[in-house]
Amino acid sequence: MISVRDLVKHYGEVKAVDGISFTIRKGEITGLLGPNGAGKTTTLRIITGYLKPTSGMVSIDEFLVDQNPIEIKKRIGYLPESAPLYPDMMVYDFLQFMADIRQIYDKEKIKDVAIQCGITEVMHKNINELSKGYKQRVGLAQAILHDPEILVLDEPTNGLDPNQIVEIRDLIKELGKEKTVILSTHILQEVEATCNRVIIIDKGAIVADDSTSDLKSAKGKDVRVNCVVSGASFNAIQSALQKIAGVKNVQHIKDEEQLCHVQIVTGLDVDVRPQVFNCIKDNGWILYEMNREYRSLEHVFRELTVGM
Amino acid sequence: MEQLKELTKGATLIAKKELAGYFSTPIGYIVISVFLVIAGFLFFSTFFLYGQAELRAYFELLPLLFAFVIPAITMRLFAEERNTGSFEMLMTLPLSTSEVVAGKILAATSFAAIMISPTLVYAISVAFVGSLDIGPVIGGYLGAVLLASAYASIGVFASSMTKNQIVAFIIGFAICIVLSLITKFLYFISPKLVSLFEYISADYHFQNIARGVVDSRNIIYFASVIAISSMASIYQLEVKR
Repeated sequence: MISVRDLVKHYGEVKAVDGISFTIRKGEITGLLGPNGAGKTTTLRIITGYLKPTSGMVSIDEFLVDQNPIEIKKRIGYLPESAPLYPDMMVYDFLQFMADIRQIYDKEKIKDVAIQCGITEVMHKNINELSKGYKQRVGLAQAILHDPEILVLDEPTNGLDPNQIVEIRDLIKELGKEKTVILSTHILQEVEATCNRVIIIDKGAIVADDSTSDLKSAKGKDVRVNCVVSGASFNAIQSALQKIAGVKNVQHIKDEEQLCHVQIVTGLDVDVRPQVFNCIKDNGWILYEMNREYRSLEHVFRELTVGM
Repeated sequence: MEQLKELTKGATLIAKKELAGYFSTPIGYIVISVFLVIAGFLFFSTFFLYGQAELRAYFELLPLLFAFVIPAITMRLFAEERNTGSFEMLMTLPLSTSEVVAGKILAATSFAAIMISPTLVYAISVAFVGSLDIGPVIGGYLGAVLLASAYASIGVFASSMTKNQIVAFIIGFAICIVLSLITKFLYFISPKLVSLFEYISADYHFQNIARGVVDSRNIIYFASVIAISSMASIYQLEVKR
């Protein structure tokens, strides 16, 4: 369990982190989401013991970061931003060095981790010859080498191509089954795809902290149902649909040949799709498409960080 | 005791990695070659002139040579890590800062020992042509290793201050050259101050040992230089985070 209390970090005059508190329970994949410069990396660096906070405290299980840094560091696997590794070392030598420091003497462990991270074919290359994707994977291999309870990943998919991103995300999800993972990102899809909890940070403070699904369906917000209907004009459709209980508004999106695209706005608590279907059927129109639009995390993010 | 065991374990791992690092790029070989060329010139230019079976000329100029070469060996040790960002990874490993600093000093000292070992050939060749007094040779090499470790810890301190290797080199060079040359400027200073300046001069203590007289005061001097610079490095590394 990671517990962060009233964390504050100043860089001279600049307040990078301004009173952040959260608790991460075992087995959660938590995404630290925020625009660039929001204080995500600083927060992670304090958790891993690299930076010292101006005030506040971080504890992992029963250990405090400032009192027992070595115990904490043993429990954490950390992938820093853009995976800084030793460029002149061979991948195998690098992992061997890490294993020695972590006091892992099982030779099979390096092989297992290499297979898990898909780096077996580059084990005898120098790190500076590797592509960014491979470097990131070597960084990840280094982080999971000692089977840490906690994985801290700073922008793990930054700079990777789409295939590599999917692979790394799958790997993180796989690791998240047995470990506590905390990752930072400014990519919303990343959080939607991998995390079951999201903490949104803006200007050094937490603006939202909820499970990914709860955040997307926040109370008091509207839900939109999109329909494609043929057989009538928009006005006729609108007046028919307006009569359904729970429908707040019916908007015209566009006309496409014979098809009329309509958007129905309702409250979150009602689902009008059966009534809409029956209404269209009863009028003898044809329903081509109907889908319910969930509030995307992108919406939430923009609302919270820009105020739109 | 248990703590000391842990400390040496981590330090040895760091030292092994850094020492291998010196030889994985051409830099290590270049530094060794440059050192041997200059040392060879210093040795042979006086060897035939004086016609004496000794290594004095070589050892006399060694502090000056080390003041230049050792900071070149140590400049990358922390500066490069800070520059590439691997410093962050190093500092989040379950190692204490003192282990890391000790390991880096140990690596640079071992490298310096490897670098001076070919000059043992001079001692052997001198022994062939005349009767070699073995005392000053043993003292000279012991002193050289002590001097190298003292300058290496100063160089590591210089490297811990910055992410720029050139700056690290210049700071290290500046401190080491002062410690090497300070006794050479004593003509204009009141005699009362001379002994003080002698005490802080690395050259003075080195020359004492190189004469074949190993005094505890000289050993204590080098030990304190190493201790002070290491503590300064640890302070730098812990504060600048």
